[in-house]
Amino acid sequence: MPINYYIFLAMALFSIGVIGVLTRRNAIIIFMCIELMLNAVNLLLVAFSKMHHGAAVAADAASQVGVDGQLFVFFIMVVAAAEVSVGLAIIVMMYRNVHSVDINFLNRLKN
Amino acid sequence: MNAIIVSALMGVVMMFGGILFQNKSTLRLLSIAGLLLLITANLMQTYGFYTIPVEVKGLLSFERFGLFFNTICFVATLLYVLLSARDMEQVGNNTADYHALIFFVLTGVSILTSFNSLLMLFLGVEIMTIPLFILTGSDKRNLKSNEAALKYFLMGSFSTGILLMGIALVYGANGNFNLVPVRASYLGGKASFLEIGGMLLIFVAMAFKVSAAPFHFWTPDVYDGAPSVFTSFMATVVKAAGFFAFLRIFLERADVFGPTWKIVLSIVIIATLLIGNITAVFQQSVKRMLAYSSIAQAGFMLFALWSMNDMAKEGLILYAVAYSLATVGIFAVLIKMKDYTFDGFNGLAKAEPLVALAATIFLLSLAGIPLTAGFFAKYFMLASVVKAGGAIWLVVVAVLFAAVSVYYYFRVIQSMYFKEGQPETAPLSGGFKFMLGLMAALVILVGVAPSTVLGWFYF
Repeated sequence: MPINYYIFLAMALFSIGVIGVLTRRNAIIIFMCIELMLNAVNLLLVAFSKMHHGAAVAADAASQVGVDGQLFVFFIMVVAAAEVSVGLAIIVMMYRNVHSVDINFLNRLKN
Repeated sequence: MNAIIVSALMGVVMMFGGILFQNKSTLRLLSIAGLLLLITANLMQTYGFYTIPVEVKGLLSFERFGLFFNTICFVATLLYVLLSARDMEQVGNNTADYHALIFFVLTGVSILTSFNSLLMLFLGVEIMTIPLFILTGSDKRNLKSNEAALKYFLMGSFSTGILLMGIALVYGANGNFNLVPVRASYLGGKASFLEIGGMLLIFVAMAFKVSAAPFHFWTPDVYDGAPSVFTSFMATVVKAAGFFAFLRIFLERADVFGPTWKIVLSIVIIATLLIGNITAVFQQSVKRMLAYSSIAQAGFMLFALWSMNDMAKEGLILYAVAYSLATVGIFAVLIKMKDYTFDGFNGLAKAEPLVALAATIFLLSLAGIPLTAGFFAKYFMLASVVKAGGAIWLVVVAVLFAAVSVYYYFRVIQSMYFKEGQPETAPLSGGFKFMLGLMAALVILVGVAPSTVLGWFYF
């Protein structure tokens, strides 16, 4: 399958994520949209990795080009997991205090 | 390498220290000892005595500039811990964890000063910011702290998503994550469409991290809501490291944008200076004023990206020193105040003349008055722009905004010296006053002889 399809799919997912972050009011849903953005990146990295690898193998069968893209995906997953643990803790902490996860309540700092 | 390993290990040591030692002063001493160890380890690598042998496979590269910048960040953290460690204990019961998180932030800082691959850039940024989310929200019962933590977290991870998309697009164009681009031969050494888009996204994400306009809107809320002790750390070491990383990428890759780069950057710089300075004028709370002024200072630091010559590097180092010293100092004073508004400072000069004098020196340095460190920091930044050629109008605009900044910094001085009042402060110990005096002396020393700092850079 040509790489274009993967790029379009990843871009669509990424845009859905960005639009969700900008328009939604529920902290958990915003958080899910951010995860969607990260996963769009994962998909794109894997697709590019395969593309570069395919091109390099055609020239040299033992080539390692493109492996680093897939490695990067694992790093993103690990960091995303770390972020989830911190982020959910923050959301729970807020829920305990205001009994809501709606970010419209976040206006105490605006004078 | 020494700094990364030692700081990560010290973070773990501090976490276990929280279980082993109940006594808070023991923890404070442990943290100070760890920072001294960290500075020593980093200096050993800088001067080539001993480097822990690790095969980094080209992911990191250690140069004098980055290692020296590490030293500055660590010394600033040491001064910060010496000044404010007692106030950290006021925030909550988990003192050991706060120190541990600060060490983890320093791990991220030392990765950001030495990354040679976009993978390490991403990891450095994340290792630096994730502990900060926790520190921001550490005042668990305080709604403002909660709100700041959630905002910082959502904005931080949103900008991480943008950064990652940028990196993925650059990877698609080049097929590797090298900091120095290796472009396909059929492009004739030019950047492809994908790479330009990717670098644009990376630019936006980094502008988010260093709070340059128009991506600054989270900064005042987060700096205002976070416990003041941790705002002080966020506004100094972390911000300086963010700028270092910003400069490090775009030193290698700004050519992607061609001549558009300077135009875009000029707009960002002017918007940052404008929004930071003008909004700071209208603030009633000193803490919020300092948050906006940190945006304004970011505008000055962005000049290093504009000129990108050796003088800009020296300027960034001086700016990191001057800005860290002054901001840590003024926040240390602010933490001791009961009332954060300008009126809360009324009559401080009568009640606590030494503290008021030190605070005045810090504010003068932030405003960039000669004989303080801030003057030479601003001077080097602007001189580097002139040296890089053209754009005198940009320098003029920057000087005008520096003049605006004098207004809101001097309002604090005016309250302290020329207004009557009974300022309520937390008890000030002799050690605290001594440290404050030492920092004020350092600000003056760097302001009189900036070569004391810059000389180390070359020798």
